[in-house]
Amino acid sequence: MAAAHPGAPLRAPLLSASHIDAFYVEDGQTLQALDDISFDVADGEFVALIGPSGGGKSTLLDIISGLYPQAGGEIAFDGAVLTPGQRLGHAAYMRQRDLLMPWRTALDNAALAIEVHGHSRREARAIARARFAEFGLAGFEDAYPAQLSGGMRQRIAFLRTVLAERRLLLLDEPFGALDALNRVALQAWLLALWERERQGVILVTHDVDEAIYLADRVIVLSPRPGRVVHIEPIDLPRHRTRDLVTSDVFLRHRAVLLDALGLLAPVEAGVPA
Amino acid sequence: MTPSPLDRLLRWVWPALLLAVLIAAWEIAVRLNDTPRWMLPPPSAVATSLRVDWRLLLEHTRVTFVEVLLGFALAFVAGILAGIAIDSSRIIERAVYPLLIASQTIPMVVLAPLLLIWFGYGLLPKVLVAALVAFFPLAVNTVDGLRAVDREILALLRSMGAGRWTRFRLAKLPAAMPAIFSGSRIAIAFCVIGAVFGELVGAKEGLGYLMERSASQFQTDRVFACILILAVMGVSLFSIVALLERVLLPWRRYVTDTAPTDA
Repeated sequence: MAAAHPGAPLRAPLLSASHIDAFYVEDGQTLQALDDISFDVADGEFVALIGPSGGGKSTLLDIISGLYPQAGGEIAFDGAVLTPGQRLGHAAYMRQRDLLMPWRTALDNAALAIEVHGHSRREARAIARARFAEFGLAGFEDAYPAQLSGGMRQRIAFLRTVLAERRLLLLDEPFGALDALNRVALQAWLLALWERERQGVILVTHDVDEAIYLADRVIVLSPRPGRVVHIEPIDLPRHRTRDLVTSDVFLRHRAVLLDALGLLAPVEAGVPA
Repeated sequence: MTPSPLDRLLRWVWPALLLAVLIAAWEIAVRLNDTPRWMLPPPSAVATSLRVDWRLLLEHTRVTFVEVLLGFALAFVAGILAGIAIDSSRIIERAVYPLLIASQTIPMVVLAPLLLIWFGYGLLPKVLVAALVAFFPLAVNTVDGLRAVDREILALLRSMGAGRWTRFRLAKLPAAMPAIFSGSRIAIAFCVIGAVFGELVGAKEGLGYLMERSASQFQTDRVFACILILAVMGVSLFSIVALLERVLLPWRRYVTDTAPTDA
């Protein structure tokens, strides 16, 4: 169990990561990816994880999902420490690539997790079909992924994640590959969805504005090896609207986070390599 | 981009035209040269043989056709099972794969007479020869196909809590289907050759047998009729497999990046 921080509720958090270390081997050298990472996610809490690329954010999600074993430390769900194998299937994990199966239609891709959880394909389809309109996908049920745009593929991947019906969502830069307009639209839409369903969320992003706009708390990781350098509770009301982006509170959070990322330090003049 | 109907028609027109020209040239050359019939019959004589001997030809075609289908069915089941076994275990892979490749260096000319000694003149040795030549492309393509699966899709399924069988059923097998089909197309054409070869070594019926008998009687026009039937059989079976692929894997029409190997 993670050391309880002051004011923490007595009920065990949805997810608790304590003292997580991870290593990887590259060119025969053992390098540290994560160094003593500890944080909690409460039930229904939206946490954003930001940090420089290569800082081990994706590795951390791999570890939480159970795909990759941590070298040290513990992961607990609802207070129970679980091995990597036991963690598999606990969280719904959306990786950076949409990972749609080219041989499945949009509908069957969205229904994948339901099928894995033991429902028949028929039932899985019925459940997925009922949500297609809400995800802006109506009419594309029978299309194959190769026929769809990047934005639509991403929404199918997201629907697949939501339909897994897990209490914790792990989202690894879900909007990273999209253009700015699609991105803003999908952020608003993710927020609306989450406000209704209220799963716990860990969102990995490199976009500070996205993190502040969406999250209850923003955790800042250092460059490799990833360490928690700052945790910023976001002081914005829930039911957030786009105009908050220009508010004083938003800008203050932004200044703090950019500073924590080391992006406010004076940049040395010179021609970029 | 799907080709227009005109494009599709033209794709057939050119080979058909070339074939017509070649046949006409053959007919004219044989007539002008006064080549003896037993040496090289003109296409018209082959056509006559097809018309006159159709009952005999049909009878032997049926025999060969059954051998081809049974041989392919056997190779299909065995090849896919072997492919799955090789893919599923490193030990099996290390033990079986080198032997499988080495077995391909044993010429069928050596093997077919042995099969004849062991299993007699009946249907079985022909089915076995057909199956043996078709086994290799099926097994190798199955292994390649199963390995072509996107590792991250397997990871996604694992993160959903999917076990080994579910991952196989939902990701590996569907990902392998294009390669299995491409192996099947080659394998079924190989089966025709295998069955005829088995018949040539020793048989009482089948197109291979009929060819040999007709050749020894200098009925060369009938030999050509047999060859023509075999060619049509091979192309038709190949096309049926290709058609099945189009129907069963409709998604392939939209994906062009993963080209399976034609081993």
